[in-house]
Amino acid sequence: MSIELIVGILEIILIATTPLVFAGIGELVTEKSGVLNLGVEGMMLVGAVTAFVTLVITGSYFLAFLISVLSGVVMSGLFAILVLFLMSNQIATGLALTIFGIGLSSMLGKEYIGTPIDGLSPWFFVIFSFVIVFLISYFFYKTKMGLILRAVGESHNSAHALGYSVIKIRFLSILFGGSMCALAGSYISICYAPMWQEGMTAGRGWIALALVVFATWKPERVLIGAYIFGGVTILQMNLQALGLRFPGQFFSMAPYIATIVVLVFISSNRLRIKLSAPASLTIPFYKGR
Amino acid sequence: MNNFLPIIISRSQSSNLMNFFVPIIAIVLTLITGSIIFLLLGFDPIYALYTFFISPISSSYGLSELLVKATPLALIAIGLAFCFKNNIYNIGAEGQLTMGAIFGGGIGILFHDTNAFWLLPLMIFAGAIGGALWGLIPALLKNKFNTNEILTSLMLVYIALFILDYLVVGPWKDPNGFSFPKSRAFSESGRMPLLFDGLRVHFGLIITLFLIFVSWFVFSKTMFGFQLKVSGFSPKAARYAGFNQTTLIFLAFGICGAFAGIAGLSEVSGPIGLLYRDISPNYGFTAIIVAFLGRLHPVGIIFASLIIALTYLGAEDAQLFLQIPSAVGFIFQGLVLFYLLGAELLINYKLAFKKT
Repeated sequence: MSIELIVGILEIILIATTPLVFAGIGELVTEKSGVLNLGVEGMMLVGAVTAFVTLVITGSYFLAFLISVLSGVVMSGLFAILVLFLMSNQIATGLALTIFGIGLSSMLGKEYIGTPIDGLSPWFFVIFSFVIVFLISYFFYKTKMGLILRAVGESHNSAHALGYSVIKIRFLSILFGGSMCALAGSYISICYAPMWQEGMTAGRGWIALALVVFATWKPERVLIGAYIFGGVTILQMNLQALGLRFPGQFFSMAPYIATIVVLVFISSNRLRIKLSAPASLTIPFYKGR
Repeated sequence: MNNFLPIIISRSQSSNLMNFFVPIIAIVLTLITGSIIFLLLGFDPIYALYTFFISPISSSYGLSELLVKATPLALIAIGLAFCFKNNIYNIGAEGQLTMGAIFGGGIGILFHDTNAFWLLPLMIFAGAIGGALWGLIPALLKNKFNTNEILTSLMLVYIALFILDYLVVGPWKDPNGFSFPKSRAFSESGRMPLLFDGLRVHFGLIITLFLIFVSWFVFSKTMFGFQLKVSGFSPKAARYAGFNQTTLIFLAFGICGAFAGIAGLSEVSGPIGLLYRDISPNYGFTAIIVAFLGRLHPVGIIFASLIIALTYLGAEDAQLFLQIPSAVGFIFQGLVLFYLLGAELLINYKLAFKKT
């Protein structure tokens, strides 16, 4: 193994893992406020297609990312209205969002399959993904707003009694999650693989959901988890290319198996689950009269 | 200032009338939104809706296709009702379906040159076992370690899909298949008998209807059905009455897994006839919509499965005749669930306007 090969593999790992970090950290903020949004995959796909189409039409990278992030705000806003104001079931609503997003992205991108574009260098986003994780970590553990957000996720009734607007804080957290998911999607269609293809996020949204649990809802651990998952995936591809006989499907399952193992580990002890998971996760907030 | 916005008031008792009307409201709103989308795309909405919802089922072939698609959806959805009634969120039916197809299909591959009357029943049985085992994993983890079943059942979907993928490109690959990722074809007696000559609707429909009837009986006439309902309404009351929640969780997951497994097997031994990667167009996830749209009621689920099956067929026709990608069916499925979940508010809450 030459140095170039190793550096090359490391570069690919960085480039391939970045979308997992974006989507994972976005979902983490949403979940910290006590809302589980299973629509990550759908929001990523819509983010990917809106960025791509905007780029083809306007030629502007800035507009492409802007419109994409706005699409994430709109998609997650739809989810937020349903779960916060109409108090709908978060799990079913999130699934609806994913199904809707799969359909919508295919429809919007129909004319653009195979359209060539000039990809953008991923490095700005790779660095930004590290920055955002540390910013979120700072926000949660060093600022008052972060503390309030966590309080809302732990006990919305207490937070409400203290005079904080549970609905407003959750709404903003959901919108942040949506815009990060859309950013992850646009990174995939513009930097990682500059093209549009139906379902091109290829299940990364579900891995992002798994990552949040794997990270026991701690921002820096999302980064660590994402790099373990991303690293294993890329190494597996390289080992396959070198002629390893071990079936790749077992590598591909690893993130999902690891998530189950971590879930079992953190939930087997009542104290540990209390310290890790936001206590109000998936519980709707009803203010009464 | 806020006088024009309605305020939401909790009902003391959930409204039965609304329970009946909410799915209808959701479907009407979906059709209205659908027409607007078609209009924006530059189609005559009446013609587009006709192409989507009427023309696919205006022939006996179309009706048969509708039943072919509704069969797995209804069977999985009625299984999900066992879980959802008790507020157990099994969203991994797609994985249980896949495992059922692997277990049952494995038997079919093993006996690919055997023609015997016992083969199909054995495959169905193996399919049920496979699905049930896969469903029991999240149940066991929930009972033993208090692990959230939503995430575990979801993760198990992807594990099952990778196992299937491994099997059809690896050990179970058809030796004469020119390295296509598919297995040998099952023997004739390993296939679901067709109900009518020349149409694809198969014996799986009869199994589904039978199991829906059994489920109706269980829900409405047995102690177990009563326990499920009570635990769903009020876990506290259920504990006070001495119902064993652990057993209920095992049973609900086991039954749901078995039903999804049978649905998976009846897909591979029905229309498909062998194992390959894409055995299900997300039936396991779509069945969640069917279960909600059907209000977890057996009759409701039958109607809901037909409506959602129609979105699959309509999407195929829309692609053919309107050049709209078939994924537009997912838009309709997503929309109907959005509206349904939003309108559900009316069941447990009422809207009132403030008086000044």
